[in-house]
Amino acid sequence: MATTSTQPVFIALQANNDTMPIIEAIRQDNPNAVVHEYPAMVKIDCPGRLVIRRESVEEHLGRDFDLREIQINMISIAGNVDESDEEFVLEWKTH
Amino acid sequence: MAAEGNAKPAKKLSLKENYALLTRGLGWEPSYEKKEDIFRTIDFEGVVIHDWDKWEDPFRLTMDAYWKYQGEKERKLYAIIDAFQQNNGQFNVTDARYVQALKVFINGITELEYLSHRGFNMLAREFPGVGPRIAAQMQSLDELRHATTQIHTISQYAKYFTGMNEFPYQFDRVWYLSIPKSFFEDAVTSGPFEFIVAISFAFEYVLTNLAFMPWMSGAAFNGDMATVSFGFSAQSDEARHMTLGIEVIKFLLEQDPANVPLVQKWIDKWFWRGYRLLSLLATMMDYMLPKRVMAWNEAWEIYYEQNGGALFADLARYGIKPPKRAPETIAEKGHVAHQMWSVFYANRDAVGFQMWLPSEEEMAWMSEKYPDTFDQYYRPRYEYWKAMEAAGTPFKNTTLPQLCQVCQWPCLFTDSGDPTTLSLRETEYQGQTFHMCSDGCKDIFDDTPEKYVHAWLPVHQIYQGNCFLPGVDPTAPDFNPMYEALRYMGIKPGVDNGDFKGGADATNWEKWTSRPANIHEGAYTDAVRDSHIKS
Repeated sequence: MATTSTQPVFIALQANNDTMPIIEAIRQDNPNAVVHEYPAMVKIDCPGRLVIRRESVEEHLGRDFDLREIQINMISIAGNVDESDEEFVLEWKTH
Repeated sequence: MAAEGNAKPAKKLSLKENYALLTRGLGWEPSYEKKEDIFRTIDFEGVVIHDWDKWEDPFRLTMDAYWKYQGEKERKLYAIIDAFQQNNGQFNVTDARYVQALKVFINGITELEYLSHRGFNMLAREFPGVGPRIAAQMQSLDELRHATTQIHTISQYAKYFTGMNEFPYQFDRVWYLSIPKSFFEDAVTSGPFEFIVAISFAFEYVLTNLAFMPWMSGAAFNGDMATVSFGFSAQSDEARHMTLGIEVIKFLLEQDPANVPLVQKWIDKWFWRGYRLLSLLATMMDYMLPKRVMAWNEAWEIYYEQNGGALFADLARYGIKPPKRAPETIAEKGHVAHQMWSVFYANRDAVGFQMWLPSEEEMAWMSEKYPDTFDQYYRPRYEYWKAMEAAGTPFKNTTLPQLCQVCQWPCLFTDSGDPTTLSLRETEYQGQTFHMCSDGCKDIFDDTPEKYVHAWLPVHQIYQGNCFLPGVDPTAPDFNPMYEALRYMGIKPGVDNGDFKGGADATNWEKWTSRPANIHEGAYTDAVRDSHIKS
């Protein structure tokens, strides 16, 4: 699944109590992610690929989590999406 | 099922299995009607599709999950709208100038959501593939939700401020609202593939982040918790629509090489159409947010140059190039907000909201954000107009502007290479001269002139006498054409429009809140408590 692209993908989430554990999980699983805070909104850029792992969100959240719940608080994304039960991936395929 | 209450539940399906059953599994092959009789609009554009099953919805969202999550979004949103209304939230925004931006929103943008609802309804009927039909059906419902939540939210403002209570009537009549109306009607009257490339890809994927990210974040920053809530709630659907947009493009490009030049042509056209429409956001961000989050040129750098750059780098593998007229948008980014505000200001007696000149504080911000353009081209103009206001001879246009045959904006933009020369283009067609605002709009006209020669250009129609209410007599001695045209448009002359200072919204704001209507100028009236008076 590795990509060689370094073009930025991003996800923007509402800044609220639902998204704090998701943002923490993203930081943990994506060491290159850069978190920008704006009024009411958090935009996370990452070169090439960004992954949100269900298990990591559950660790931070302390309960079961369905990745589709992200949709409730998602503002925008950039990159090709691939979603399964375990992972939500944003990715550019080429340079 | 009750009798089986103690039985073990069946193994939970994976997301992918569930999606396959609840989309592909719902389709069928027609037996007593021919496929081409059922899907009659799918061939004429020249797009070649070999296998609709190659369509993947990456969110793998099925209708059952759709209702569940949309229901949750609505509950969250209406809890906030209720709290906003119960607590007089309309008076908690920065000042009454901010409210003028909401008028642009309800009158010019909300109806686009409804037109989009209709467009995606048609796609849900016309696409032969089950995956895209279900995605289009969901989007159609989303767009209807956006229209209704925006109307509900802004209705609270409409109880207290002018110019927001006639939005469906105005959308069909106000001269500058033909800009958004004609944009969407151009898309809806295209074939289904052009429509989906136009709206899902060029507009939603490439451009609408500008509307719903920095502008909505700005609404939050200015204390409008209701607007930011409908904005972000809509945008949570938009993220799914954007994914539909990029999937459409990849699907079309992978199905057949013959689709590549068609898709490129539509990207070039609709990127430019969408950019021209959204330039309105430039002036809303830079001039109508009393407290600012970022300038238009910064937003364009982040959301088009950087993120659009990544997108088109990714699409290069299919032979797709960045939009033809993207360089012009980059060249204009330091000018467009200022040129547009100038035209609205000059025509403030003919618009449905109230206008002001930027304060010293705001001009200092613009000098900092636009070091290459503001002080040289726009500050002197505003200072000149301020001096005219101070002298009691304020500058106003008394005639209506020349409109572009394609985008229907006034021809207010300047040539990319020379910010002191208006950009004017024309084409002779069937013995008539048609005028365009730019090379981008001229490209579009020249490619399909038949579609644009019929454009209902409001300024032309007003001057031809077609925009007066029944019973108005243009030969009467006291006939005032401007006044009568405004009444036809649903704008109350002298109430909805004109100067912000001294207008109904500013005066009522100070009476009802005891706070200045313009935070940069101090009190306009005695209703503001002494402690707030700055000047």
